[in-house]
Amino acid sequence: MKRKSQNTINKKKQDRAAFFWPMFAILVILGAWQTASGTGLISKFMLPSPIDVVKSFIDDFPLLMSNAKVTLIEAFVGLAMGVLIGFLMAVVMDRFEKVYQAFYPLIVLTQTVPTVAIAPLLVLWFGYEMTPKVILIVIVTFFPITVSMLDGFRAADRDMISLMRSMGASKMQIFWFVKFPGSLSQFFASLRISASYAVVGAVISEWLGGFNGLGVYMIRVKKAFSFDKMFAVIFLISAISLLLMKAVNLLQKKCMPWEERK
Amino acid sequence: MAELIVTDVTMSYEGQHVIEDISLELHENELVCLLGASGGGKTTLFNVISGLNIPDKGNVVLNGEEITGQPGHISYMLQKDLLLPYRTIEDNVALPLLIKGEKKKAAREKVRPFFEEFGLEGTQEKYPHQLSGGMRQRAALLRTYMFSRDVALLDEPFSALDTLTKSDMHRWYLDVMDKIKMSTLFITHDIDEALLLSDRIYLLTGVPGRITEEIVIREPKPRRKDFNLSEEFLEYKRMIIEKL
Repeated sequence: MKRKSQNTINKKKQDRAAFFWPMFAILVILGAWQTASGTGLISKFMLPSPIDVVKSFIDDFPLLMSNAKVTLIEAFVGLAMGVLIGFLMAVVMDRFEKVYQAFYPLIVLTQTVPTVAIAPLLVLWFGYEMTPKVILIVIVTFFPITVSMLDGFRAADRDMISLMRSMGASKMQIFWFVKFPGSLSQFFASLRISASYAVVGAVISEWLGGFNGLGVYMIRVKKAFSFDKMFAVIFLISAISLLLMKAVNLLQKKCMPWEERK
Repeated sequence: MAELIVTDVTMSYEGQHVIEDISLELHENELVCLLGASGGGKTTLFNVISGLNIPDKGNVVLNGEEITGQPGHISYMLQKDLLLPYRTIEDNVALPLLIKGEKKKAAREKVRPFFEEFGLEGTQEKYPHQLSGGMRQRAALLRTYMFSRDVALLDEPFSALDTLTKSDMHRWYLDVMDKIKMSTLFITHDIDEALLLSDRIYLLTGVPGRITEEIVIREPKPRRKDFNLSEEFLEYKRMIIEKL
């Protein structure tokens, strides 16, 4: 019992250190940045000072939030569809070897096309509303899911599958009892990637045509040369991505209780 | 009534015979060892008996019914415990029942009474990684038993354990077998293990593997504690070493 409490104390110490050092580094950089723009070393219209950025973040807060809402909805819808499509593709390709051979190279190919290049085409085909944005997000988010889940399915222990077969398990049962739960940690690793891609994808697609959203807002403030506002948006976008990743971590802990006890 | 009869089984991989003309019998409540060097085709034979692979020749009959190439009749346990890391011990043990289509709750209730008998009390809610190697093999054996009480194939179930745990497991195993009665075919490359546990031993030797000898161990069960130090034991051992 005593040893256990000692361990938790040590863990807390470690957690604090893991929090302290990055914070320290960020503060140093912010301090240097503030000094550089405060003393006029870098002119304000080139690089706004951190304090200016915070000010415009507070001033524009309602506007930022209403735009963020649009972007987040696109990101969520796109991500949800991307995950679903990615999962289904992995299942089908795992089940049918020929489908895997035929489509896997094609899927890899879709990822070599730069998003910025397809986005205007999608706008041309589907207009300025939500559809082209969601499609773009699906294109960028399904891939990590498909690849990692497929890897997870294929990494299932041969002997375990033999054992299941010897018990008379059907392919479906082998999938649900062995392959699917075995690929969950890969799934969550790729979901973290896909979640951040979804936000970035939404912003990029908004740059290239749309009525609201953080991307549209970003272009607008850039055209007005309000770089302080621009930085406020950038800050918000990375904050959203970080929060999403954190949410995925929490979800993973909920869904994989056996990892907790290790 | 459980009786397994294997007749003239020949199996090859890539044109090479791995096992040839294997015939053997397993009677009710008998514990029979298949003893031979690693890589001698023992596992190949088990894959045929369990129905995972179809032999080139020969057949497998269980209780008068031909089951050649049909998985799902005979339970099979491997050297690795193969417990699913994301399921509690209880749910792992219940797996064969779930595969047969039973509801989760009913399956759990069915397996629960056996935990004590198998020396697994208190592990129901635990995950496999929280158990020692020996305890995991116990759970794996219970899972095997839950699948079928007729005939079990055990493929070197204790060979991954350290010596002390292993002899502990042997004592436990004989004890459990005495209680539950299960006809078992047991693969091992360990002569002492074979002598200690079995009623009969088949020697599988050569390439391709053939059964070259059948030895009946005339030592009553439950075996006395110092059987493995007795004259008879050494006599059997000498005979087997000569013939291998």
